[in-house]
Amino acid sequence: MKPSRSAFLSWIYDPKIRGIIAQVVTLVVLGLLVGWLAHNAVTNLAARGIASGFDFLNDPAGFGILQTLIPYTESDTYARVFVIGLLNTLLVSALGIVAATILGFIMGVARLSKNALVSALATVYIETFRNIPPLLQIFFWYFAVLQAMPSPRQSLGWFDAVFLNIRGLYLPRPIPTEAVTAFVVAVVLAFALWWVIARWAKRRQDETGQPFPVFWTGLGLVVLLPYLASLVFGSPFTWELPQLRGFNFVGGWVMIPELVALWVALSIYTSAFIAEIVRAGILAVPHGQTEAAMALGLTPQQRLRLVILPQAMRVIIPPLTSQYLNLTKNSSLAAAIGYPDLVGLFAGTVLNQTGQAIETIAMAMAVYLTISIMISLFMNWYNKRMALVER
Amino acid sequence: MNETATATTTPNRIASHKTAEAMIVMEHVNKWYGDFHVLKDINLTVARGERIVLCGPSGSGKSTTIRCINRLEAHQSGRIVVDGIELSDDVRQIEAIRKEVGMVFQHFNLFPHLTVLENCTLAPIWVKKMPKKEAEVIAMHFLERVRIPDQANKYPGQLSGGQQQRVAIARALCMKPKVMLFDEPTSALDPEMVKEVLDTMIELAEEGMTMLCVTHEMGFARTVADRVIFMDKGEIVEEAPPEVFFTNPQNERTKQFLGQILNH
Repeated sequence: MKPSRSAFLSWIYDPKIRGIIAQVVTLVVLGLLVGWLAHNAVTNLAARGIASGFDFLNDPAGFGILQTLIPYTESDTYARVFVIGLLNTLLVSALGIVAATILGFIMGVARLSKNALVSALATVYIETFRNIPPLLQIFFWYFAVLQAMPSPRQSLGWFDAVFLNIRGLYLPRPIPTEAVTAFVVAVVLAFALWWVIARWAKRRQDETGQPFPVFWTGLGLVVLLPYLASLVFGSPFTWELPQLRGFNFVGGWVMIPELVALWVALSIYTSAFIAEIVRAGILAVPHGQTEAAMALGLTPQQRLRLVILPQAMRVIIPPLTSQYLNLTKNSSLAAAIGYPDLVGLFAGTVLNQTGQAIETIAMAMAVYLTISIMISLFMNWYNKRMALVER
Repeated sequence: MNETATATTTPNRIASHKTAEAMIVMEHVNKWYGDFHVLKDINLTVARGERIVLCGPSGSGKSTTIRCINRLEAHQSGRIVVDGIELSDDVRQIEAIRKEVGMVFQHFNLFPHLTVLENCTLAPIWVKKMPKKEAEVIAMHFLERVRIPDQANKYPGQLSGGQQQRVAIARALCMKPKVMLFDEPTSALDPEMVKEVLDTMIELAEEGMTMLCVTHEMGFARTVADRVIFMDKGEIVEEAPPEVFFTNPQNERTKQFLGQILNH
């Protein structure tokens, strides 16, 4: 091909200029689109007589909520409802993350077990719960399991302290006594001592080569010191047991069935994914690493702690964090069984009552976005810190 | 009573004269992978300070042979004795042998999350319960001997293949082993890096280390080996000093193998 005869339009073939043109066009189109949407929304809101803005947050909500972690009455504001929804979401997410992590690690390691029965059971667990939609699992635990529980009078009970019935799971509630201060001090002291001992043990090993069983000593301290404190200063808690009065239980701690179902379903569903991540992480460490550690004479525990886990964790942590994020987002399925989480409560009930769709949805979105961004910032920081150094 | 007490804390050593002189004794060692007979009646005695090169076509069982010595692979019948310690299923015996046997792998197998220095001090600190300072002094000594002390604080990923393999040799030496096993130490290296690793191994041989090397470097075998062992299909087919092995091989399979690798 011959170059163009005239130099008049030749700039159009410059990739740099083409790039700039493409970006300008994109920006203009995007700006027009946003402008049109905003105009549309404003006109429609005006036509329906809905005032936009966040003033509605100060209005009284006027409805009851199934579970509130902070005191709440029907005359409280929508702003308080928002906080209650947020706390409920955080509660079920935090409970779920803890349970899913423990279950996931157990199942992931079990699937790698040399014991055929153990690994087969783990495989069935993982493949079942990973491949059933989470909403269906929530329905299963809520409708098929918990709604099939007996009435309070026929509760399933353990040790006269824990009861399970159609109204939920009833647990003993600790009520702090005067000795609780001493107890808390003992717990804090035990962890502080653990830290001091860990530092001392590292120094001593550096100097003399003698290792020290830091973990077991620390664990012993954490159990023993609070126990001693409760012996000397008396019991730090009295336990309020749930008791049957008439047709229902009073006292104790109650986990409503909506929370139990959501928690169990999300934990099990997510644990199946975590199990696969753990398995992949361990398998990602080449067998040569184990062999080299064996050849050097390291014991199986040392091989795991000093060679395998530090490398496996680098593979496990990033996808694990994103599973935590998934669990948090999936907790919005709460709406389906009426657990008052942020989406069901605020972007559901509040939206319906006020009609402030844009504001409520935007606030709910902002919450999830904030959580996501915080988690991904943590992830980037962690990756940077832990990345293997190459060249 | 006293004797049984010591027997539980220190590995059982065999007192007979014949085995005490030899560093490694393998007697009638057999190994199967399922139906596949990998090692067929291996008999091999390695004297203290002896340098042995194992060669043979791939799949002949030479790597498996040396991997049986420190129990990276378990043999199913026969006897293996290292420095008077008989290899058994007893974990204490296995650990005792691994403390005395260093190994260098084809793919280096350095720990990528630890620096070169930490790679070298890990086992002395945790297995020998050595103070960190002392372990570091020893590590630097051996890193100087393999001529890379200036890389001590780098990570394995930052080094060339030849450097990594020299670190691997230093790492094994830090445990002050009595025997060194080399499993194709130069096979994964670029040609220009083979020499630096071989030079390190030659120096080690000159200092009197007992060595078993699986390698295709016939030049190395000629200059360093006291004995060359040729394996094929899980058997030791021929064993001879290098001058005999290379000039006057007896077995037909050896001749064929040498013809293939020496004519290139």
